Amino acid sequence: MDPAWILGALIIIPLVGGLACWGSEYVNPHLPRWIGLTTMTIVLALGLYLWFTGDFSFTILGPDHRWGLELDVPWIPRFGISFHLGLDGLSLLLTVLSGFIGIVSVACSWSEMHRKVGFYYMNLMWNFAGIIGVFLAIDLFLFFFFWELMLVPMFFLIALWGHDEPGQARTYAAMKFFIYTQASGLLMFVAILALVFIHHRATGVFTFDYNKLLGTPMSATAAMLIMLGFFGAFMVKLPTMPFHVWLPDAHGQAPTAGSVILAGLMLKTAAYGLIRFCVSMFPEAAAHFAPIAMWLGVAGILWGAAMSFSQHNMKRLVAYMSVSHMGFIMMGVFAGTAIALQGVMITMLSHGVSSSALFIITGQIYERMHTRDFRQMSGLWTRMPGLPPVALFFAMASLGLPGMGNFVGEFLILLGTLKVSVPIAVVASLGLITAICYSLIYMQRAYYGPAPDKRRFPGLNRREIATMASLIAVLLWLGIHPNNFLHTSAATMTAVSQNYAHAQEGTTFNGVASR
Amino acid sequence: MLDLLFLVFLFPLAGFFILAMSGGRFSERTASIIGVGAPLLAVIVTILVGYSFFTTIPTGGAYTQFLWNWIDVPGFHPDFALRLDGLSMTMISVVTGVSFLIILFSVWYMHGEEGFSRFFAYMNLFVTSMLFLVLANNLLFTYFGWEGVGLCSYLLIGFLYKDPANCAAARKAFLVTRIGDVAFAIAMWLIVRELGTLNIQEIMRLAPEHWAVGSGIATAVALLLLLGACGKSAQFPLQTWLPDAMAGPTPVSALLHAATMVTAGVYLIARTNGLFLLAPLGQEAVGVVGTITLVVAGFCALSQTDVKRVLAYSTMSQIGYMFLALGVGAWSGAIFHLMSHAFFKALLFLSSGSLILACHHEQNMFRMGGLWKKLPVTFAGFVIGGLGLAAIPPGDGYFSKDLIMADAFKSGHYVMWGFAVFGAFLTAVYTARMIFLTFFGEYRGSEPHHGHGGPATTPRGWTHHVPLVALMIATLLGGWFGMHISMLPASPAGEQPEILEKLPLILAVIGVIICWPLFVTHREFTARFTRRGLGNQIRLVWFHAMGFDWLWDHVLVKPWYLIAGFGRRDFIDQIDRAIERVFLGWNKVFTWSETGHLRWYAASVGVGAVLILAAIIYS
Amino acid sequence: MNSAEALIGTIPLSQGLMVAGILFALGLAGILIRRNLIYTLMCIEIMMNSAGLAFVVGASRWQQPDGQVMYLMILALAAAETSIALALVLQLYRRFRGLDIDAASRMKG
Repeated sequence: MDPAWILGALIIIPLVGGLACWGSEYVNPHLPRWIGLTTMTIVLALGLYLWFTGDFSFTILGPDHRWGLELDVPWIPRFGISFHLGLDGLSLLLTVLSGFIGIVSVACSWSEMHRKVGFYYMNLMWNFAGIIGVFLAIDLFLFFFFWELMLVPMFFLIALWGHDEPGQARTYAAMKFFIYTQASGLLMFVAILALVFIHHRATGVFTFDYNKLLGTPMSATAAMLIMLGFFGAFMVKLPTMPFHVWLPDAHGQAPTAGSVILAGLMLKTAAYGLIRFCVSMFPEAAAHFAPIAMWLGVAGILWGAAMSFSQHNMKRLVAYMSVSHMGFIMMGVFAGTAIALQGVMITMLSHGVSSSALFIITGQIYERMHTRDFRQMSGLWTRMPGLPPVALFFAMASLGLPGMGNFVGEFLILLGTLKVSVPIAVVASLGLITAICYSLIYMQRAYYGPAPDKRRFPGLNRREIATMASLIAVLLWLGIHPNNFLHTSAATMTAVSQNYAHAQEGTTFNGVASR
Repeated sequence: MLDLLFLVFLFPLAGFFILAMSGGRFSERTASIIGVGAPLLAVIVTILVGYSFFTTIPTGGAYTQFLWNWIDVPGFHPDFALRLDGLSMTMISVVTGVSFLIILFSVWYMHGEEGFSRFFAYMNLFVTSMLFLVLANNLLFTYFGWEGVGLCSYLLIGFLYKDPANCAAARKAFLVTRIGDVAFAIAMWLIVRELGTLNIQEIMRLAPEHWAVGSGIATAVALLLLLGACGKSAQFPLQTWLPDAMAGPTPVSALLHAATMVTAGVYLIARTNGLFLLAPLGQEAVGVVGTITLVVAGFCALSQTDVKRVLAYSTMSQIGYMFLALGVGAWSGAIFHLMSHAFFKALLFLSSGSLILACHHEQNMFRMGGLWKKLPVTFAGFVIGGLGLAAIPPGDGYFSKDLIMADAFKSGHYVMWGFAVFGAFLTAVYTARMIFLTFFGEYRGSEPHHGHGGPATTPRGWTHHVPLVALMIATLLGGWFGMHISMLPASPAGEQPEILEKLPLILAVIGVIICWPLFVTHREFTARFTRRGLGNQIRLVWFHAMGFDWLWDHVLVKPWYLIAGFGRRDFIDQIDRAIERVFLGWNKVFTWSETGHLRWYAASVGVGAVLILAAIIYS
Repeated sequence: MNSAEALIGTIPLSQGLMVAGILFALGLAGILIRRNLIYTLMCIEIMMNSAGLAFVVGASRWQQPDGQVMYLMILALAAAETSIALALVLQLYRRFRGLDIDAASRMKG
């Protein structure tokens, strides 16, 4: 059989698995989680198979572009829409990450869920199908389809299985999440249609194909507007500074697995989109817009850190932490040098792992203490054996300690940014100092200090230890030997950065763009 | 045997992992065997490596061990590689040797404490990080160790985590040093941008080719590296974390101050000396920073009451000497002093640990006194360590400090030399004050005070005596050993009159002598003077470290809290919610019209129809 | 027929429309004032018939058959509407034990 069908299988398996989860609940309420686990294991195994057997030293841009694997099935030929999936180093790594996070998120909801378990796992699986679809689709219509597909299950995950906070119902968070992402998705849809029509006017062919649309000739204004349409969607989803407010609410009230997917993968879809579309398709417009985007990133880094520092709710603290880290990604993507883009790659992966871990820890604490409020916890170090050192590890990872992946990513991003603009890099490096503030305050409020009462809590069980150990191992792998990952994504990132560097030449870049 | 080099850090790293994985299930005995055994193995490997290094000196005087390529991106390929040359050989000897003795002492000191194996895990990680730092052949790898050291200082200073004050001190140490770290990182990015590598040898080779002496970029890099070094080495203006770092258990202070952490900055500048030679302004700044710190810290040490804080300020001051040495180009002098300081400061801290436990966690010198008969080993440790600190022969500090001051004079830095000599006098005074107050006169701590103090008990056990005696020997012999190391660019050439050469020693002896009446026989006079009027003012300023804590608090900490507190509810979110409220308001307006009364609707339809008709007709 | 045609022909358009308007206003007023469902229904019929009258008047004025056709359609519609409405009235009467239209108000937003 054609190996390209594996790409289709990566999406269909979670969809089918989700339906099986739903149905199996009526047989046995414990069955869905096993089916979910099996499904995600298959997805991860397929991803790893592709990784180990594939060769990713090809370029996806330019006239002699090639994809590692390509699946092209006509869908609506009249408008040039096809079910077109493609795989390169970037999407492969993110797909593997999806499989891994998938297993982790099934594991972390193992004993958390009691209501409508089957439907819950179905939403989880469908969400993964949407996310993997986003990473693999190279037909713009299909991309938008999956972009919306991953939204709906997440809405249900928050609205149905979330937590009500005092003074704020979970539906509020779900609605906010939905409105923000939906409205911004609309911008992207308009941009896609505009792009297709411009292409049609120029060539007389309707197509939504990524590679065919790449070199569409258009005026600078049109390119800028369409780029901004894409940027709007990704900026909200990433999220970047003024549109980050849905994230803490969504995280604060989502179930643990929801937060894990949200932070671990959904934010990455935006970063992926920025690289795949904004910077690759409209390099000139992106280069002109870069100073604004990068300063937005810097603002996100610092603002997210300050907000994170002052939260009382553990999950909100971790959520704002993500805002801060995503600022680095925004900055790195628009710096656009190969080093910065490779840094973005590593940051995507390691943030996916480390923030997932921090959310899982929050979930584990909630299962034991029934609170997420720092004011009610203190001195957990001795009261909850096993968990605090793990939390310490991930807190250190998120403040960028060498040895963990986050350091490699942030270092490369900042290094790559400095080559483009010194002031931006220097201001952004303050983020390394603010990172220490929120990480240490996180440790302090929860784990150190005097114990307010004599309660003791059960330690980690085997499932939790296995989850945490695998997350730790991956993060150390990313930190100490990132080359396995860097080499996989090298070709794509180099192609993107060369394409972008070409565009940058016309733009004198020293913090301010000018013609 | 040089290829065993990686084992030097592998053993402590393995020790850390085993202890960390145990989750505290080991008995105290097992934990201490692993915790002490790992650094002991590191010492043995160091001896083996050192033996073959000195017998068969590798070509070029350095041996490089490549482990693996760390990061491979276009234009930037840092490796995990180790480099052994004269400088790093000296450093790993000092680090492994002194750390081993300190960790051995900890077995005695930490006996019966909660988190025993956690403590040894952290200590091993600390040693590992420091070894990364000194062995790295690449600034990024150095940074790895550099940050690891910061993390371990955080973990160890806050080891007794139940007291929020300890945690605050730990956070402060991590945060303040991190400010320096960021400067270091920016320097690295600049170097990569300009030279395309972080390999130290290549930087040293490429920098003079690409950068002119005194060029802007060289100066910027040098100043940033200096700021980084200031953070770790507790130099002005980032020195404030060090005295608070005394919150950790005493062996931690010993490790922090003697063998690891604070010497990292000195090492970094010595390692990158080529860059500082290209930036005369940067090198001058190093000397100025050192001079300021050594004088300020000397004054502060004079008025402390806590024995550990006296030692903390003395560390700052001694590191100031090393910076001064680096600033005037006395590279060997700086590393020599680093080594001798490691010996005598470790000795002093361990002795103070022994003293503090003997006095049941009393740290106030004014509640001690006359202890020399009761604690002979501790007393010997203090005296020998004190000789080293005050630079009086046969203490090793005499030889190294003498070298620094001679070089400062020879290189024409007369002002710095003057301050250094004055600093030598200050050092002698506060050292003598500390020893006289604790060991002479009558014992003033018989009554327990806030749960501390009470009749002193004599410490027992070989884990207590062996490290102290070994360090005493090292302090006494270190001077002669250090005279024979030279691995850095030559010291400045020049002449110094003989009388000036002896001046520091003379002043130090005078300092010790005047302390006897001030702090032993006529203590009341001193107390009277420092408790009122101008004397009191000066004492308070010195006691509070010249107000730098206050300054940082107001410049950085308070504004940060203000921003964070102001933003707790995230004003952007408030804007978002305001939009939401506007929509809800309109919703209210329109739902008001929707009464549910059908007849109202009919009426409004009628009225509307009439209005529209009227509009059509009359328009 | 001729006489009838002549009769209608003699009524001016304005008067015919005025009668239709008055009838419509009466119906509307009835809807607005009466709360009894049966009366509401009757008033709706009146309004429909007034509209029908307007059509017829218009048809005679322009001598076109469309108006009459329209009127037939309105009649058919009114019959259908009345039958459904009466069924609803019966249902409402059973549920609310009365024909007060305000009591059945469930449309408050």
